[in-house]
Amino acid sequence: MAAKAESWGSRVGLILAMAGNAVGLGNFLRFPVQAVQNGGGAFIIPYLVCFVVMGIPLLFIEWSTGRFGGRYGNHSTPYILDTMAKGRIWKYIGVFGIFTNIAVASYYCYIESWTMSYVYHTIKGTFVGMDQAQVAGFFDTYTTVAKSTTGIPYEAVVFYIACLLLNTYILSKGLGGIEKVAKIGMPLLILFGAILAFKGLTLGTDGASDMFPNANAWDGLNFLWTPQFDSLWSAKVWLAAAGQIFFTLSVGMGTVHCYAAYIKSKDDIALNAVSAGFMNEFVEVVLGSSIVIPIAAGYLGLDWVLQNAGFGMAFQTMPYLFQQWGHVLAVFAGVFWFGLLFFAGITSSLAMGTPWIGFMRDEFGWKNNKGAWSFGLIALIMGLPTVIFFKEGVFDEYDYWAGTVSLVVFAFLETVLFAWIFGMKRGWEEINLGADIKVPVFFKYVILVVTPCLLGWVLLASTPDIANKVMNNDTHNKEWFADAYYAEDYGSAEFGVVDSVAPNFVKIAFENEKQVFDKTQNTVNTIKYTDYKTYSFKNEQHTVVSLGDKIHPKDKIAEGKFTNNVMYKTLGRLLLITLFIFISVVVYRAYLKRVKEGRATA
Amino acid sequence: MKTEAIIVMVGAQGIVVAIAAYFFYKVLTVKPKPEPDSYSENDDITERQDN
Repeated sequence: MAAKAESWGSRVGLILAMAGNAVGLGNFLRFPVQAVQNGGGAFIIPYLVCFVVMGIPLLFIEWSTGRFGGRYGNHSTPYILDTMAKGRIWKYIGVFGIFTNIAVASYYCYIESWTMSYVYHTIKGTFVGMDQAQVAGFFDTYTTVAKSTTGIPYEAVVFYIACLLLNTYILSKGLGGIEKVAKIGMPLLILFGAILAFKGLTLGTDGASDMFPNANAWDGLNFLWTPQFDSLWSAKVWLAAAGQIFFTLSVGMGTVHCYAAYIKSKDDIALNAVSAGFMNEFVEVVLGSSIVIPIAAGYLGLDWVLQNAGFGMAFQTMPYLFQQWGHVLAVFAGVFWFGLLFFAGITSSLAMGTPWIGFMRDEFGWKNNKGAWSFGLIALIMGLPTVIFFKEGVFDEYDYWAGTVSLVVFAFLETVLFAWIFGMKRGWEEINLGADIKVPVFFKYVILVVTPCLLGWVLLASTPDIANKVMNNDTHNKEWFADAYYAEDYGSAEFGVVDSVAPNFVKIAFENEKQVFDKTQNTVNTIKYTDYKTYSFKNEQHTVVSLGDKIHPKDKIAEGKFTNNVMYKTLGRLLLITLFIFISVVVYRAYLKRVKEGRATA
Repeated sequence: MKTEAIIVMVGAQGIVVAIAAYFFYKVLTVKPKPEPDSYSENDDITERQDN
């Protein structure tokens, strides 16, 4: 007999928990970068269109699917999907809804642990007096497991385990614990974000310095919001917009289903879904666009932002920028920024623990405590390789396969199930059951046709990239163990020239392109410049090139004994496959148990 | 800032803020549904619904 399931304490708690699940680091880092790279202000048009025709429909699908499954005592995707259609296969497709969460939580907690560590270092004053290169170097040192910035041995591992323990402890307290964190974390996140956004919007030219005399926060805002309408005809921009909507809402993971499964049978899901969805959009469009880009442009100039905009800015640049506000304000700004990222992270990672806990309670009668600690243990086993082999690319491998590909595959399959197998008639009834708003009938046809087509297109357009990943086409060093090391690609350049060389080091110059902002014309131009690629080798390895040599990609540049990153990446993939098989076996055991108890379905 | 950038920024952010505030206000003010509608009651169904 399954242990009795819980329910949400309040509607506001549920919405804050759902919004917290959706709001993550991507809201503050991914969205502005995507906007900058895809037409500035014009990006908002495909972005909002994709929110309406893909984001909201997926929220409706997942909220109603979750509540439907919860009505039959199922609180995670394997048996939620099984309840919706005949055929044993659906419960195994539902495995994605547990697999993705455990795999993503295992590396997401590592990022979360960085925010904890950076709050500590901000208060301690570690970044005082550091220049930008030193702040960036600090991150590099921190993520090198053997090095320590505090004197604590294996500091990155210690912070990671502490973060995982905190998550596990809160999860062991059940939905009540998650609700409490959401009720505290979300308002604080919005408050911290609003303070930093105010600074970003009012900084103007105050941050200009001798080194960056043209720095101007409004250049950043101008670039972010000036519409370049010609980009509206680019398929690449629409694909980027669809991708951003997809990842920002945390759909295709199984967490929304799981949270919604604890809603009462005839309680509203339509208003709840759009309310949580728009709360996420508020954090992304209003706060997310007003912090990183304008503050970085305000101190380092728009050219710097155009060349360096990316995820790394949060940890490698922001602490330096805060130092420009004076010591006391820098401490507050650092605590606000990393505190904001911490709350964005923990409200998401907690959601990732609930599908496993719900499944084990439903099927094997496990209490919250047992479910939470077993989740913590599996996440630890899966996550340690991403911490220890971060530089070897295991972290990125998890992020690609579990945090990107799995989501699109699962969202596409669940949409097809909902619209075409469960049936749109019943699906529409589910969405409207107990609804506190009138859902426009337009969404019925969008869910039936537009959403599956759009998801299918996203999946199809990603296929070449997936194939390249499988074939390891991003490197010319494909062997696990090799006696030689070969030069990698230079981007668009065909070759590079050895600029300096030592027995264990080589620096190759090549022609690259970068974007620069022409202030007089208000345009962004692409110019060519000389870039450098450096390779450092260990003592038992030595370079085989000479100064002035022309080096093409795939040319041998060093000899010795090499263990290439492909080995670590492949082991990472094998770990993910093992996790998927393990969860499938657990689901199969649950099925056998149901057969024994006479509860199994055809 | 350029006028067109201000218009797009204020327009996009204004729309998002207004809709988010409207829905959240509705959540706070909609009256709860009367019982019977308890969760334990919902959980009583143990067999899958026929398709």
